Amino acid sequence: MSDNEALFKYTLRLGDTSLILAQRLCEWTGHGPFLEEDLALTNIALDIFGRGKSMLEYAAKLEGKGRTEDDLAFFRNDREYFNALITEQPNGDYAKTIIRQALIDCFDLLFYTELAKSKDVTLSGIAQKSIKEITYHKRHSFSWVNRFGNGTEESLTRLQNGLNDIWSYTGELFEMTEVDTLLIKKGIAVDLSVLKPLWEKEINQLLVKANLVLPESLYMHSGSRNGLHSEHLSYILAEMQSIPRMHPTAKW
Amino acid sequence: MLTKENIFSLLSEIPDPEIPVISIVELGVVRDVIISGKDIEIIITPTYSGCPAMKQMEDDVRKKMQEQGFENIKITTVYNPAWTTDWLSEEAKLKLQEYGIAPPEEITTDKSFLTGKPKNVTCPRCKSKNTIMISQFGSTACKALYKCNDCLEAFDYFKCI
Repeated sequence: MSDNEALFKYTLRLGDTSLILAQRLCEWTGHGPFLEEDLALTNIALDIFGRGKSMLEYAAKLEGKGRTEDDLAFFRNDREYFNALITEQPNGDYAKTIIRQALIDCFDLLFYTELAKSKDVTLSGIAQKSIKEITYHKRHSFSWVNRFGNGTEESLTRLQNGLNDIWSYTGELFEMTEVDTLLIKKGIAVDLSVLKPLWEKEINQLLVKANLVLPESLYMHSGSRNGLHSEHLSYILAEMQSIPRMHPTAKW
Repeated sequence: MLTKENIFSLLSEIPDPEIPVISIVELGVVRDVIISGKDIEIIITPTYSGCPAMKQMEDDVRKKMQEQGFENIKITTVYNPAWTTDWLSEEAKLKLQEYGIAPPEEITTDKSFLTGKPKNVTCPRCKSKNTIMISQFGSTACKALYKCNDCLEAFDYFKCI
């Protein structure tokens, strides 16, 4: 694999992960538990969408086949998507969305803080921009995990159920492929094995504070690095891509 | 022949699409201008990654430069250094306040804005410091929602990043 091809695949993975998470979060628009939270999740989704757009723009440029970020977003099928499985899981209730977001925000802040040191200036630039936004998102999700965990019996139960549902998708966040290995050597990619203990430590502290316990099963899902997804991704794409595919030459 | 200063002053006539009292130059979105005969390159940086107003700003910049007779207009987006509210001038902050949006009260090198208790934001209407955050997020990506405990009005706070 050439360096450029590896960088394309790496950037595409980062772009897809942001895009699909943003698309999922957008489903809360108009359905939030109350107005301020509706606005909060919409704002968060917008930041994450923006990051996805920047990544896909860069990926399209790296690919050099004349495709745009829109082509990448709207004209690829599920098997050609490389978003982390955790991002495509259904939102569930608000507690599940919040715990998923907290797990991802914690990972993202560690990840983008490292990516900001990348030798690739575009990735480093996008990362530096993202750090500020993720810090803000994390404050939001962590504070709600605390509130639900220390709220009522009902809110704690829902939060725990959400964690049980989503936990088995967290292992994949730290999986590395030959793409990572190659780019780590070049000082471009982030070594995820270094992040893992840091993430675990921080998440454990959060869970203890919120009276949560980790599910007993150690099983972790895998597949997205090879374009293998849960059944949920196809439905997201069907909704997201229907208009551009119906009117492929339409201009905004 | 237009100079860089001329271009900056022309771009200062373009208002922020969502906060029309300040210009895109005051906001800190325009980073640099490179003129080469009939060609011009404008370097911009987004306030927030997903700010939907960026496209509008680009269109406005392009239109303004076309009016000046530039033939090749290139608009380049850069991410580094990342946009910060520290770039807002004192004058711009005053304009925000008069418009009813509380300007950022802190500078970002003081990390307490993200980790600790936020400082008391001044109500843009009655100037009371007795205010409370209703939501970390507001009507646009760049704002949070506050309420004044004295005049009881809700208001936008231009959040500090």
